Amino acid sequence: MPHDHHDHDHPHALLPPDPALRVKALETLLTRKGLIDPAALDEIIDTYENKVGPKNGAHVVALAWTDPAFRAALLQDATAAVSELGYYGRQGEHIIAVENTAADHNMVVCTLCSCYPWPLLGIPPGWYKSDAYRARAVREPRKVLAEFGVSLPEETAVRVWDSTAEVRYLVIPQRPAGTEGWSVQELMPLVTRDSMIGTGLAARP
Amino acid sequence: MTRVHDMGGRFGDGPVNPAPEPKVFAEDWHGRALAVTLAAGGLGQWNIDVSRHAREALSPKDYARFSYFEKWIAALADLLVAHGVVTREELAGSDPVQSDLADRVMTAAKVAGVLSAGGPADRPSTRSPRFEAGDTVRTLRPAANRMIAGGHTRLPAYAAGAKGRILRCHGAHVFPDANAHGLGERPEPLYSVAFAASELWAAPEHPRDEVILDLWQSYLEPA
Repeated sequence: MPHDHHDHDHPHALLPPDPALRVKALETLLTRKGLIDPAALDEIIDTYENKVGPKNGAHVVALAWTDPAFRAALLQDATAAVSELGYYGRQGEHIIAVENTAADHNMVVCTLCSCYPWPLLGIPPGWYKSDAYRARAVREPRKVLAEFGVSLPEETAVRVWDSTAEVRYLVIPQRPAGTEGWSVQELMPLVTRDSMIGTGLAARP
Repeated sequence: MTRVHDMGGRFGDGPVNPAPEPKVFAEDWHGRALAVTLAAGGLGQWNIDVSRHAREALSPKDYARFSYFEKWIAALADLLVAHGVVTREELAGSDPVQSDLADRVMTAAKVAGVLSAGGPADRPSTRSPRFEAGDTVRTLRPAANRMIAGGHTRLPAYAAGAKGRILRCHGAHVFPDANAHGLGERPEPLYSVAFAASELWAAPEHPRDEVILDLWQSYLEPA
């Protein structure tokens, strides 16, 4: 079996090459050494599969659309505002909310790795972590937006936020027309995950 | 000097595929890889900057050929050996020795508390802010760790030597260039800095487009 593309100086090359077997081998080793509780792994996975996800962010956005005092607090100190709703935690210790308007469209990327506001949006989708998105979102955001089916008016400027520190960004999309008087519960399904990353717009009613 | 992870602005990657992804973890082992990494991090033998650097320190060939969570698991294996938590022999399949870190294991009962506690990066600092909102600054060039050759830095190559405008100061945050290499946290002011697309790219898409980065004071000079 050819091994020319393996890096034998790195310890990881000692593990089985198949990724699923590799993870299993490491989990088994750490469990046998007493360093991992497999039940804790189940708990972590359950947290991000079932408890923490884009519904949290949608709740924040729908509140900002309907409650001017909350919107002001969110724009002033998003970390405090979302913490009061219980949305604080790992990869969401420092949150800033940026609001889309007719003049400015905000869009978030992490060119260096995959930084993302976990407590508000959960684990990032595959495309957010892809080389293509990381490489291109900063240089040609409008072409990337077109691949998401979004085209912006000429008068709208794009502001791309490259998450290079521990600050995480939440985009507040523009509220769709025709939703006047809607409740938070009615608005939340319109707030898509991509609209809070800035690669989408809020859904139309 | 640069590493393959520093890919902002790169050409040649093709289109983004925004197809819906019905599962949070496309494969079961993806969730397992994330969970093992978080649980091992909870042993307290390294910090987030060390962990990021370990992924970046994969060889360029491995970084490019590994899928996302393969990078995580490979970097974790490397970290565990580098910090003496497991041995190369144990990774290769020899009988494991019980670890003296076992009393730090993240039990299922601790998970919710650990995840919701997070790990804030802001710190008190004696380094006072040198810039304020509206100031014009220029980033260092080249983008490189100034203490460790080839070391970790969060100034992307595409934004090196560029003129930008301070939007806000976030207060003092842990400095990754030091913290990734056992040199202490060395907190210093962190700023959001806005750059005109025309300052960064040969063919900007729109005259008013901007890219905004969070950059530490050490990366910036007055302009």
